[in-house]
Amino acid sequence: MKLLEFEAKAILREYGLRVSPGRVATTPEEAELIAREIGRPVVLKAQIPVAGRGKAGGILFASGPAEAAEMAARLIGSTIKESLVSQLLVEEALEIESEYYLSVTVDRVVKRYAVLASTAGGVDIEQVALVSPERLARYWTDPASGFGEEKAREMLGQFDLSDDIAGELASVLATLFSAAMDKDAELVELNPLVRTASAEFVAADARMIVDDNALFRHEEFAGRSLTREDETSLESEARKQSLAYVDLPGDTGVVGNGAGLVMATVDLVHHFGGSPANFLDIGGGGDVDITRRGLLLVLSKPEVKGVVVNIFGGITRCDLVAQAVVEARREAAVVKPIAVSMMGTNEAEGKRMLDEAGVMNFPTMEEAVQGILKAQAGL
Amino acid sequence: MSIIVDESTRVVVQGITGREGRFHAASMLQYGTNIVAGVTPGKGGEEVEGVPVCDTVADAVARYAANTSILFVPARFARSAVMEAIDAGLRTIVVIAEGVPHKDAIECTAGAKARGDTIIIGPNCPGVISPSRKTKVGIMPNHIFRPGGVGIVSRSGSLTYEIAWHTSRAGLGQSTCVGIGGDAIIGLDFVGALKLFRDDAETRSVVLIGEIGGNAEEAAAAYIAETEYPKPVVVYVAGRMAPPGKRMGHAGAIVMGEAGTAKSKIDAFTAAGVPVAERPSQIVGLLKV
Repeated sequence: MKLLEFEAKAILREYGLRVSPGRVATTPEEAELIAREIGRPVVLKAQIPVAGRGKAGGILFASGPAEAAEMAARLIGSTIKESLVSQLLVEEALEIESEYYLSVTVDRVVKRYAVLASTAGGVDIEQVALVSPERLARYWTDPASGFGEEKAREMLGQFDLSDDIAGELASVLATLFSAAMDKDAELVELNPLVRTASAEFVAADARMIVDDNALFRHEEFAGRSLTREDETSLESEARKQSLAYVDLPGDTGVVGNGAGLVMATVDLVHHFGGSPANFLDIGGGGDVDITRRGLLLVLSKPEVKGVVVNIFGGITRCDLVAQAVVEARREAAVVKPIAVSMMGTNEAEGKRMLDEAGVMNFPTMEEAVQGILKAQAGL
Repeated sequence: MSIIVDESTRVVVQGITGREGRFHAASMLQYGTNIVAGVTPGKGGEEVEGVPVCDTVADAVARYAANTSILFVPARFARSAVMEAIDAGLRTIVVIAEGVPHKDAIECTAGAKARGDTIIIGPNCPGVISPSRKTKVGIMPNHIFRPGGVGIVSRSGSLTYEIAWHTSRAGLGQSTCVGIGGDAIIGLDFVGALKLFRDDAETRSVVLIGEIGGNAEEAAAAYIAETEYPKPVVVYVAGRMAPPGKRMGHAGAIVMGEAGTAKSKIDAFTAAGVPVAERPSQIVGLLKV
């Protein structure tokens, strides 16, 4: 779950980290008021769950309240990187002396939390890693011993920093690590952490992604996890039904069991000249109700012209899958072609049920994909 | 031979008295797996499918010489159950559960590494099966596997079944199939499995089934090229059409910006001289070349 900048900053503030002074505005009037309170030049930042919003025009500077109102009017209601902007964070524009990059992230290869620090803040860290790796320090933490200021000082030793600055950065790194562990974050990132002209360290931007699998032990996010800014309406609906669903731009719906198999089916639709409309993994169980609801969800998408259902299982009962398909087809508001490929227990009975109901079915997933594409083309 | 599991495997099923544990214990027994004990705290002394239940893994080791565990424990309790199995000295621990937090998985893999010789398979995996040894420590359907010379390693369960079934129908069969799991943090990875298959006489070729997210496939491609891997490897990568930033079912299947794309993985294998199937059905043909 991606938190918005202001949410991440609110958490980090609780940990004693200094963040830019400011508040959230949802109207130009509010933005103007906040700018007036701050009484200095401000920055207006679109609160959207995507990285790189600055380059996309989601961050604007205003010299005073009137300009802040004008820019807020421009940002609110606009769409940046496919996200609708409804909230702005209005903050004091910092007088930057130097910028740093600090983060804690899950390293999939090393299978540890990695702590990263760079003296090249405010830019794309991937680029820093490629172009000037000497400006990036990394430390892989051991879950048994954790990560504190002492280790942070050690990793910052590779930079030529004054004692004061190294001490401040080490303290922020240790705090970030604690916050990441406490909140089960897969990413906490300050980019940049700014050293101001008055020698204060302030988080100018903050990102935080909380591990979805750990939400069960974080009551504080219970309400928050219901709305995800980076989801489409069908994706939200599917998540409420515990279905793994992703919208895609095409017109052939895809339903199957198992993430890899469904991804492969989506790829096959494209391979045979079609265009997948979605990814839907109904899970390994092959439960009738889940299959029926999942298929109904996909059939309800207006762009969908046909659906391929691909079920492979030993435990999955094909007669129950067939029943779910037949029921969903009957209940769907609009009649659309469905092609099924399934394997498992009671396969012959399932096939008979589909034949009887007039639902196309095929012995392999590739034939089913080609079958649905032909049906959609009216062949 | 085979890898990870064989006739010397003595399985303890953690969570054997639950619905899933009971169901899959029966299926594993039917396949021929030597299940020596089950564990459910507080239910020591009971029996499930004729298997004695112990209160702790240590007890199952002391009384029944268990050396391998499979866990049917909810994701939120997986960490403590895995740590118990590591502490009891098991050599292989199979974690089926989907939804284990990263932090817990990191603690488990680090714990296994500190122990030196413990292999964790998963989380979020179907387990491991060695058909010629009649040993399954997992949840895969029994009837689709046949003894043979193809080693299969995969991040996906159902896609493994699909591809194993292709090889079975083509008369090739499998030495061992290991589903390493769809999460971002997993124990045994592609390179680890390739090392085991390299030293296994029964394995004549390897099918590697990858998917989007992370760079384990790129690491495997580099390993194959650097070591001049002695056996043919054939690859399939799922998720060519996956949009960036979206999780495709598996917690680990996510493209972040430019990283983790199917293209990056396919390019890495192609550069390493490893044939990549465009479709699952092409794998058998590539194996026979």
